[in-house]
Amino acid sequence: MCLAIPARIISINGDEAVAEIQGVRRKIIVSLVMDPRVGDYVLIHAGFAIKKWSEEDVREFNEIVEGTGTTARRNKGTK
Amino acid sequence: MKKNARPVRIMEVCGTHTVTACRSGLRTLLPENLKLLSGPGCPVCVTPSDYINRAIMLSRRTGVIITTFGDLIRVPGSLGTLELEKARSAQIRIVYSALDALELADKQKDKKIVFLGVGFETTAPGIAWAVKMAAEKRILNFSVLGAIKTMPNAMAALLNAGDVGIDGFICPGHVSVVIGTRPYEFICRAHHRPCVIAGFEPYDMALAIEMLLNQIVDGKLEVQNEYSRSVSAEGNPKAKRLIADTFDPVDVEWRGLGVVPKSGLKLKKEFENFDAEVLFPDLDIPAGVDNSGCRCGEVLRGRIVPGECPLYGKECTPATPFGACMVSSEGTCAAYFRYCRQDGITRKELLSQSAQSTQRGVKDDRCGL
Repeated sequence: MCLAIPARIISINGDEAVAEIQGVRRKIIVSLVMDPRVGDYVLIHAGFAIKKWSEEDVREFNEIVEGTGTTARRNKGTK
Repeated sequence: MKKNARPVRIMEVCGTHTVTACRSGLRTLLPENLKLLSGPGCPVCVTPSDYINRAIMLSRRTGVIITTFGDLIRVPGSLGTLELEKARSAQIRIVYSALDALELADKQKDKKIVFLGVGFETTAPGIAWAVKMAAEKRILNFSVLGAIKTMPNAMAALLNAGDVGIDGFICPGHVSVVIGTRPYEFICRAHHRPCVIAGFEPYDMALAIEMLLNQIVDGKLEVQNEYSRSVSAEGNPKAKRLIADTFDPVDVEWRGLGVVPKSGLKLKKEFENFDAEVLFPDLDIPAGVDNSGCRCGEVLRGRIVPGECPLYGKECTPATPFGACMVSSEGTCAAYFRYCRQDGITRKELLSQSAQSTQRGVKDDRCGL
């Protein structure tokens, strides 16, 4: 139930936004993240964006999913 | 890891990590002396049966519509399940978000919409947002039956119980998106266990295991962050502020762990008009009694693997669950049953089954063999 998925913001209207996840669009609330903008990738849990990903974060995720993972390994360190 | 190294036991606290470890086959790739224990990080699983009974009694009230995440409706309390109540014509709707419940309340003013607020720190900000919005927009037919739990003190309670050897924790990734890395520091400092926060791809978990092993070998006690694409040291400040503004920390009961101090969140007094426990005080709730024979509590503490429960895979399956751990898709028993059935049983049983299969000339290529 703590599952969260990355999605891209398509449009924003106040606290509400429409996000697209693999072609599926749904309404989300973006008031928990700082300065959400159209085109941003956000992590969504139960209808709420809880984290905005940078372009590097998106690249790391894609590399992991594709099985290369070089950026991820390079970046890991202690806190 | 060397074959003759001492055994190491790492707990993946979060149910979604349990699913990743089972589904990807990661569990089966580990050497014999490295054990991955599943912890209490499935919110539906740790919700005690009293709560289910209360939700069932509420669903029997005229004019009440229960809204809930889907996982919860099949969890048995001593009165049965919400699914059964729904079949008996109770108004129970599955929603994706607290927002959906709030919108339903706004549309159906003649009904009392009760949202079953079960979850951890990841879910708490959304519930807080819905309650604050209900207060702001005067949607007074919306309320929350709360069972929000917080993770770090529960991890400490596991160590304090002392009946499960845990050498380090893989900390829950999405809980940590909200709370950050710092709330785990006392686990390192006071309980002398290393922590690594991990993402949910198999690669993330494998790397987190490597980071934990390196800490153990080097004698380090740190909170390290494998999931840096989502987790920062300070977490999500807006979400944390919303939680602090809306809830007070309270002692709550966890299935399997008993009452854990300051491990739950209850709506503040100023929001009591949206607290279903306050709004419906006169429910006659029978005390929850867990199904006899079900060992969910021990599974949730990592004390046993699912196969050590006599009901697992026999009377208790995802189609006919006895305990919460077999109901939720993130439940340890359900994850083992679906993706890694052989890994859920004890080594002795495994060897016995393998011998029987060989005798029958059956080649069993399922996970774990």
